[in-house]
Amino acid sequence: MINDTVVELSRWQFAATALYHFLFVPLTLGLTVFLAALETVYVVTGKPIYKEMTQFWAKLLLINFALGVATGLTMEFEFGTNWSFYSGFVGDIFGAPLAVEGLMAFFMESTMIGLMIFGWDRLSRGQHLIVTYLVALGSNLSALWILVANGFMQDPQGAVFNPVTMRMELESFTALIFSHDAQAKFVHTSIAGYVTAAIFVAGVSAFYLLRKRHMELAKRSFRMATIFGVLSTIGVITLGDALGFVGAHAQPAKIAAMEAMWKTEEAPAPFNLMAWPNQEKQENSWAIQIPYLLTPLLTHTMDTKIPGIAEIEASNALRIKSGIQAVEALKILSSNPSDAAAMAQFKAHEQDLGYGFLVKRYAPEQDVSKATDADIALAAKDTIPDVFAIYWTFRIMVGFAFLMLAFFIFGVIYSLRNDVENHPLFLRFSLWLIPVPFLACEMGWLTAELGRQPWTVYNLLPTWMSASSHSVSYMVFSLIGFVSLYSIFIIIEMYLMVRAIKQGPDDHHAVQKQDKNTSSGGSVLGGNYAPVHAKTLVNEQSKEV
Amino acid sequence: MDLYLGLKVLWWLLLGVLLLGLAVMVGMDMGVGALLRIIGKTDLERRSMLNAIGPHWDGNQVWFILGGGAIFAAFPLIYATAFSGLYVVMLLLLWSMIMRPLAFEYRSKIPTEGWRNIADWVFLISGALPMIIYGAAMGNMLQGVPFHFDWDLRSYYTGSFISLFNPFAILAGLLSLALAMYMGATMMVIKTEGVLAERARAAGSFAILVAIVLFAIGGVWISMMPGFVLTHSVDPALAQTPLTQTVELVKGGLLANYKAMPILWVIPVIGFAGMIIGGLLLRAHRPAIAWWFGVLAWVGVLGATAISLFPFLMPSSTNPSQSLTIWNSISSETTLLWMTGFSAVFVPLILWYTSWAFYVMRGKVDAGKIEKDPHAY
Repeated sequence: MINDTVVELSRWQFAATALYHFLFVPLTLGLTVFLAALETVYVVTGKPIYKEMTQFWAKLLLINFALGVATGLTMEFEFGTNWSFYSGFVGDIFGAPLAVEGLMAFFMESTMIGLMIFGWDRLSRGQHLIVTYLVALGSNLSALWILVANGFMQDPQGAVFNPVTMRMELESFTALIFSHDAQAKFVHTSIAGYVTAAIFVAGVSAFYLLRKRHMELAKRSFRMATIFGVLSTIGVITLGDALGFVGAHAQPAKIAAMEAMWKTEEAPAPFNLMAWPNQEKQENSWAIQIPYLLTPLLTHTMDTKIPGIAEIEASNALRIKSGIQAVEALKILSSNPSDAAAMAQFKAHEQDLGYGFLVKRYAPEQDVSKATDADIALAAKDTIPDVFAIYWTFRIMVGFAFLMLAFFIFGVIYSLRNDVENHPLFLRFSLWLIPVPFLACEMGWLTAELGRQPWTVYNLLPTWMSASSHSVSYMVFSLIGFVSLYSIFIIIEMYLMVRAIKQGPDDHHAVQKQDKNTSSGGSVLGGNYAPVHAKTLVNEQSKEV
Repeated sequence: MDLYLGLKVLWWLLLGVLLLGLAVMVGMDMGVGALLRIIGKTDLERRSMLNAIGPHWDGNQVWFILGGGAIFAAFPLIYATAFSGLYVVMLLLLWSMIMRPLAFEYRSKIPTEGWRNIADWVFLISGALPMIIYGAAMGNMLQGVPFHFDWDLRSYYTGSFISLFNPFAILAGLLSLALAMYMGATMMVIKTEGVLAERARAAGSFAILVAIVLFAIGGVWISMMPGFVLTHSVDPALAQTPLTQTVELVKGGLLANYKAMPILWVIPVIGFAGMIIGGLLLRAHRPAIAWWFGVLAWVGVLGATAISLFPFLMPSSTNPSQSLTIWNSISSETTLLWMTGFSAVFVPLILWYTSWAFYVMRGKVDAGKIEKDPHAY
């Protein structure tokens, strides 16, 4: 028997650990690419300031990277520990991109990042540049494979159910990786990471510009970040639009929720600029509408019909009835795979199998063959995700994206005019903007994954069935463990990050002098950096801040 | 031979390679962590040890991640059943593994003694505990784990957390820790100098002695334990679930494969040889070759375990007929084919650039440089 509380706690734990992990991922994705760009400039121009910039931002990257890796371990294991039915049911497909991610991407990223940090003296300029490129390539390829896996959950392509092994099995690997959802989401997510890094670099640089410290490094970083940011934000918005276009076909319920569209409207449908959705009554308490806008926005045509929530729910009730037949047949097949009648019944209703599973939650004794019409109606209601949460997380994300776009445009203008340091208000604003891309990323994750409900794999496997059969006390134990450990981690991480930023890069002029003296070229790490044991020196530096 | 059957056997072997990579590379770093407080007496000595593995631990740790991913992809039912069944143990493993990267990155960033002491304890726990759990998990597989399935393959674990730490599992856990400490100590002899290297040599010699004794006791113990035997099953070449077979417990069953094919005794002998010769070489100041004999020791230990279990991977002690075997827990032919393709390209590539990274960072750790380098661990 499946326990509601255990499922609920498993969901909270997964959401908490995934959202936490996703605090560190975007910055790594973007900062590695930004470092590759910086180091390229260094190798091409030979100016030591760019090496100093590369090393400084790499130092901050590493603080972030450690937590990204650590919390990523949790994700890799959580499917097995907490979503074991899911893992057994789709592991044949879902496991492959995760394994390939390790083989192709993460291994390279992790091996190369060690060389990137420690290899300055041991590698030639060209070799070190390649190493940095490979770190950036690795982190982005990593995102590709993770989002291929996620794309399968959103829009399962290339897989078929095998009644002999009682699980989904891979049919076409190319269909899996070239799923439109996966591709659009990969680009959207990676570029969101670039935006995050751009805001982060611009914000930290603004901090130095405000304090009149490390001016040279800060100005150059600010300029590069804002240019990088304008391009990335335009990209993230474009791909977000593409993702909506893809979603309109694969996940109509998610799209209807994102737009709070309860009833099917005549095309072209109006766009709910602002609305207050009420799930109980299936209507918006109030809404500010722009007529005709939604249809072209979503479908890129004027006359395609977009189904409303009520219509989607009604059609799902029919699929549940059909799905019950599939589940009943499957139960017979599990002990006798050669039963021809059961196989025929299963084949006839196979496409609705997942909908049959949906009613298990409400059926007496969790046996779908005993489900009543009232149970089916409850299950059909379940097929509509939380409209209010999805509508608003989506709007906050989009609002933040346009806010950042505006910021980057001004930032580029100021820094190309070379007078950004004369706009203290703007600099202060860029400092305060640092949390915004992180929040936008989290909101995007929430929109995508809340919009996927009630499924773990869209139309195939309900979330409610996917969790492991643990006891409530196990779940409480693990939740408390994760929350307390992760809280300690974030405190340490924030402390170190702020400390490293306040400490700043090694003093540029001192380094240049030393370079002249020793003419060793590679020792930017040289003497004037505070030795770790010299507590007093470190304290003085922080007082100076 | 049938293609699917061939792929099944191949992935069983590859699973072994992964578990070996994990044991050797992650185990080595874990061993260093566990030894940190024992052979590193001063802060600088400890930093020397950390920096010796500093450029590589990140890459090495991916063996652990890859292990998880590959089991997920190739043996989804093992991944699902084992990871959820051993829930508390997996969480302890995970939490200690999570703390390690942070201890690495953050230890030397704060120059107070209290902070570094905390970090050193984290290294000790996150080094010793995962290796004990790694070995104990293998020990539990040999004895069978209390789980069963529903008709739809939903798995239920019915044992307690404590029962996973039974005497035999603890023995296996300590063996795994001893081998890891040997590998870590050997690497320290290679990478450090003077008194630190001498202490590492002594620690490594002691660890391998313990490992030899534990491996011998384990062997005798296994000969007296009941083992699982498939009495009725679907053709291994066919797709199947663990719901369509019967399994019986037979005394001495864990040695059945050795009795059927005596040549297999070579594998545990290789294990003993690796340990004994490795230990002697370490004493004879040949740490680099001694390290490679440590790899051989791991091959012997893991190989002997795999042969005892074959064709089982995770037998059920409460419902033996639902035991997970290579044949019924593996992925589909299509998935295995793709995974084989990716592995054929990327595993050699990984081995190549890992070796290159070790080559670039070759030589002894320079304690003087650590003091000056702000990026040093």
